[in-house]
Amino acid sequence: MSPLSPLTAPSGLPTVPAHGPDAAARLATLADVTASDAALRRFLHGLPGVDAVGLEARAAMLGTRSIKTTAKAFAIDLAISMIDLTTLEGADTPGKVRSLCAKGVSPDPTDRSAPKVAAICVYPDMARIAKDALGDSGIHVASVATAFPAGRAARSVKLADVADAVAAGADEIDMVIDRGAFLSGRYMEVFEEIRAVKQACARPDGGAAHLKVIFENGELSTYDNIRRCSWLTMLAGADFIKTSTGKVAVNATPANTLLMLEAVRDFRDTTGVQVGVKPAGGIRTSRDAIKYLVMVNETVGDDWLSPDWFRFGASSLLNDLLMQRQKLSTGRYSGPDYVTVD
Amino acid sequence: MSSERQSKNSSESKSSSQSGKTSDSRKISGAKSSSESGKTTGSKSAPGSKGAPESGKKSAGPAVAERLSVFKTYKLFVGGKFPRSESGRVYEVSDSQGAWLANAPLASRKDARDAVSAARKAFGGWAGATAYNRGQILYRIAEMLEGRREQFVREVAGGEGLSPAGAAAAVDAAIDRWVWYAGWTDKIAQVAGGSNPVAGPFFNLSSPEPTGVVAVLAPQDSSFLGLVSVLAPVIATGNAAVLVTSHRAPLPALSLGEVLATSDLPGGVVNLLSGTAAEIGPHLAAHSDVNAIDLTGADGDLARELEIAAADNLKRVLRPRAEDWTADPGTGRLLAFLETKTVWHPIGV
Repeated sequence: MSPLSPLTAPSGLPTVPAHGPDAAARLATLADVTASDAALRRFLHGLPGVDAVGLEARAAMLGTRSIKTTAKAFAIDLAISMIDLTTLEGADTPGKVRSLCAKGVSPDPTDRSAPKVAAICVYPDMARIAKDALGDSGIHVASVATAFPAGRAARSVKLADVADAVAAGADEIDMVIDRGAFLSGRYMEVFEEIRAVKQACARPDGGAAHLKVIFENGELSTYDNIRRCSWLTMLAGADFIKTSTGKVAVNATPANTLLMLEAVRDFRDTTGVQVGVKPAGGIRTSRDAIKYLVMVNETVGDDWLSPDWFRFGASSLLNDLLMQRQKLSTGRYSGPDYVTVD
Repeated sequence: MSSERQSKNSSESKSSSQSGKTSDSRKISGAKSSSESGKTTGSKSAPGSKGAPESGKKSAGPAVAERLSVFKTYKLFVGGKFPRSESGRVYEVSDSQGAWLANAPLASRKDARDAVSAARKAFGGWAGATAYNRGQILYRIAEMLEGRREQFVREVAGGEGLSPAGAAAAVDAAIDRWVWYAGWTDKIAQVAGGSNPVAGPFFNLSSPEPTGVVAVLAPQDSSFLGLVSVLAPVIATGNAAVLVTSHRAPLPALSLGEVLATSDLPGGVVNLLSGTAAEIGPHLAAHSDVNAIDLTGADGDLARELEIAAADNLKRVLRPRAEDWTADPGTGRLLAFLETKTVWHPIGV
């Protein structure tokens, strides 16, 4: 199957991570499709259409796997280690962010064998507080930026927002795309904005914060748009693609996450660049999380089954995973009294 | 039957005769057709209906069309909904003579887990409702039961092998028990709480509060009166209940779910699971999110085992004992699942 007729897929390319130094050169091989607005549109609209019924059926089918005993224990620990523990409320306080950081470092105080989470996800003004609270624990600080969640601000404001978060110590930046521009077909504008944000992620010491690009699938309205958006953002240099902000009615669903997983798989086949995926919003139970892990394993395989390549944007999911973990280790059902309230 | 209809229709057509020719003729044709249809139903003679005069004349008429029986699918009652068991299992329920009555769902530990989380979700709202409101709802349950009395008498008689009169007495007593506990909802605080005399400048008040999620193993012998006698006191004080029905006779309990669902009782306050106490009981007894367990339906060895499991998170345990369900219930069961909150309030001297 050749999903990308306009391209000649280079075969046997060694995989490079999207955040690595070699990715830019690989993306440059596709410079012709991003050379102009017309070329980009031609490429994105030339992507094969999505079979919505087939996609949903496949996602639903992958959700029926039964994962038990040791496999379940492994999946629960893996899921915990993939969580971007999130607090994105107007009512966030430094105290709340610090307690969330403490929870991220040691999710289950009664069981030190519980793994720590991947990152703490906060608003930019809380990034420094989170960074100080996490210290050298190895947990990343992820900061949303670019006028999250709507993304309706001038580009200069968005870039200042990003630079601010990076200066405050954020290891990862979660940006939102300009959905208005995308939906009205101004693809190049979206592309250039992502490029600009990626540049703003650079640190003076030569490193760079990883860039996650949020699509807000609930607002893109069609699966075709999600596929186009995936390719657009990956071509622009996204390190991670993320389903949604968690602030609208439709967030991560198995079907749209599966579609994005297929996109990162096809992108790696084409360019050799590996991009991560982060479903966010609406994943609350261990059962849901395990379904996503099955989907990752069946779609893109082991290479993505690590916190470096797959994340859950969630807050209440962690408590449910911990309760399941306690059930597995003690044999007794646990309850909300035995996990922290956040 | 047909003649009655005819006369009614003709009187209608008379009364409407002034309203114009067309409508008048319509009425008359309507009357004709109804008399015809009356004849046909009469000759078919559905079971239970008294045959029209015509059917009596035809001695060698067409074979009587027998109506297919409509069997009821008994389901669990969890979170205000009626799910089948997650396990997909059912078991056969038979009457005291061994004749098949119905299939009942055989609940699994996962149904119990779902029921506990539904009860936990419902607990806050139910405990926070005013005692007066809870009383009204309990009384409403009695009203709803009264309307479906015949069904419950039938199910109790079938399940327990009682005579119709005996079953009716048990159902009446169960309905009265709801009324009894409905009255207690706003009075128990006066009995179990109050101000305490203390040696100091404090106003000291004790008030009873519901324990939380209570797992109830309903009595095995008394499938309805016993069931109501253990369930009503638990929810009257504001607890949420997860109840395992009598294994042998679960049908009245499962039908009670339908009554509870239409009595303004918030979904999840009562969850009914049909199955075996030996299978579900250990999981409920060990569940960390269950605050108390009533072991009435567990026999000696099982009760001991469950009490040990319940000690893990210091659940309140009500031990089984011989009980006469027809006797005056007293307040013992109301007081079993209450916690006392005491407040010390400084007073100016």
